Amino acid sequence: MGVIYMDNNATTRVDPAVAEKMLPYFTEMYGNPSSMHSFGGQAGVKIEEARARVAGLIGAQPEEIIFTSCGTESNNTAIWAALKSNPDKRHIITTRVEHPAVKNLVEYLGKNGYRSTFIPVDKSGQLDMDFFYKNLTEDTAIVSVMWANNETGVIFPIEEIAHLVHERGIVFHSDAVQAAGKLSVNVNRVLVDMLSLSGHKLHAPKGVGALYVRKGTKFSPFLVGGHQEKGRRGGTENVASIIGLGKAIELAQQRHDDVNKRIRALRDRLEKKLLEKIPNSMINGDLEMRLPNTTSIAFEYVEGEAILLMMNEMGICASSGSACTSGSLEPSHVLRAMGVPFTAAHGSIRFSLSVYNTEEEVDFVIEKLPPIIERLRQMSPFWLDREGSSNICSIQ
Amino acid sequence: MWEYTDNVKEHFLNPRNVGKIDDADGVGEVGSLACGDALRLYLKLGKNGKIADAKFQTFGCASAIASSSALTEIIKGMSLEEAEKITNQDIAQFLGGLPKEKMHCSVMGKEALEKAIANYRGEAEKKQEGNVVCECFGITDQEIEKAVKENNLKLVEDVTDYIKAGGGCGQCHEQIQEIIDSILGQKTPKEKKKAPMTNLQKIKMIEETLEREIRPALKQDGGDIELIDVDANHVLVKLRGTCAKCAASQVTLKHYVEAKLQEFVTPELVVEEVQ
Repeated sequence: MGVIYMDNNATTRVDPAVAEKMLPYFTEMYGNPSSMHSFGGQAGVKIEEARARVAGLIGAQPEEIIFTSCGTESNNTAIWAALKSNPDKRHIITTRVEHPAVKNLVEYLGKNGYRSTFIPVDKSGQLDMDFFYKNLTEDTAIVSVMWANNETGVIFPIEEIAHLVHERGIVFHSDAVQAAGKLSVNVNRVLVDMLSLSGHKLHAPKGVGALYVRKGTKFSPFLVGGHQEKGRRGGTENVASIIGLGKAIELAQQRHDDVNKRIRALRDRLEKKLLEKIPNSMINGDLEMRLPNTTSIAFEYVEGEAILLMMNEMGICASSGSACTSGSLEPSHVLRAMGVPFTAAHGSIRFSLSVYNTEEEVDFVIEKLPPIIERLRQMSPFWLDREGSSNICSIQ
Repeated sequence: MWEYTDNVKEHFLNPRNVGKIDDADGVGEVGSLACGDALRLYLKLGKNGKIADAKFQTFGCASAIASSSALTEIIKGMSLEEAEKITNQDIAQFLGGLPKEKMHCSVMGKEALEKAIANYRGEAEKKQEGNVVCECFGITDQEIEKAVKENNLKLVEDVTDYIKAGGGCGQCHEQIQEIIDSILGQKTPKEKKKAPMTNLQKIKMIEETLEREIRPALKQDGGDIELIDVDANHVLVKLRGTCAKCAASQVTLKHYVEAKLQEFVTPELVVEEVQ
């Protein structure tokens, strides 16, 4: 077998149909959408078609969609916009399990004149809602909660949170980068004021994202420049990628049921069989409220980077909550926030599937992974004397 | 993705000498599950006193496994005296180098070897010396000093890469920087602090520290201390009350009074008692 790609929460394959749609906009219809001539104007028309597609995915109006360069830019734009439009408010609420694109920005703001609150999660990765309610204040400028977590796939009660925040006149933003295309994300049902999307998580290319801004929400641009995107985001449009994003969203809508039935079944089979075959393994996060394509499995007494590199030898691509893979010494902040013990966090592997995965691939992983874990465990000093106690250093 | 050398990959995928030696002459263990890597090293000596066999068990990433494998290959056939001279740099070099962030894996190998040799010689496991600086990984000031000196480290992040200190909560970064500064300072005394304290400032700070930090603590035990003089970096004091008669007063003087003054005033201070 060639490459078995099960790391789709990191990035996805650009769908060939998407790439095909994009190609003419590099070498043939390369005009600038802002130009007066129709050569450039034709690209502008295509951008508007893509905008309508993105809006259609989430039940928004096209004019509520701003194209950006990535999910990170969308998240940064949303948070800064809320702060700049509410200059008298100095408090931000987010979660402890947010993607770094939000988490690190809020931490930065917390050190630079703002007050930040991070909502904790329980063992299953679900938010402490009481804590959240108690910390909503008059001074809160924005609440930012991801729709679904990238590492565990845990889905948050966004509808409930949005309702509560919106009711109080506080801006609510959600990073829906992992949810869009996999779950039903509808801004008519969920009172979210701003919502981030990313192209490369749903088979569009890297380098394009979108931000939904509800009509009437005060806004301030993050990239100040030309009049593009009605003055809300300066910079010449990434025409080909925006058109690719439009096509990818069309495909995502068509494939919604496939992801939720076939891919969910593959994911379930993968994790069920691995848990059966590998002792001392467990799933991280809420089993019910979870993205259909994601599973995070902890294998005790082994280290994630070693697992990944041995799987790599077999062409299997996944990712890990281990510290060693990131260059930091601490395992994933998401698993730590959930209180996953160190013994398990270091050996946690995330598999994230896409419509391209097949049953044969899943079976291949089910066949190849157990001996890898067994081999590493046989090497591990803790596996054989796991009945006894091992020294645990004092990290919380 | 890490830039591992072919040698690292080879020793990770096909590690040499994995396992345990049941009748080992020396065993050394470092690390823990919580810390993310651990190594247990077994040594068996031949009749000639040389290392006849070495085996390991490792929990950790690819470079930890490769470093362990490399270590056992390096030391086989060596006398203990030769093995003692192996440094973490030797292990890294054997593998054709390690990414900077992974150097702590080679340090782990070196430490396990030290412990296994000490274990063979029947030396009591060395008590942890010095004060814990990095609470997260339980690393002391002496260990940091050693790593800084042996590997010529200059930045806090270098220290983290080599011995993990500072890789957790980050609260000790300032202390690690101070240790680095003091070592770099020793090598190039010219680059010492830009604005040295005047003698008056120094005396004032010593007095304040005595008043605020030291005297209240001594008084709790019925003792007291009096500042007699400050001669350059020599702080001359007299102990009063119960301290004057206490057999442990020299310990108090060095480990408490001097340490506090070094912490709050300047690390060069030496405290002496005048009779």
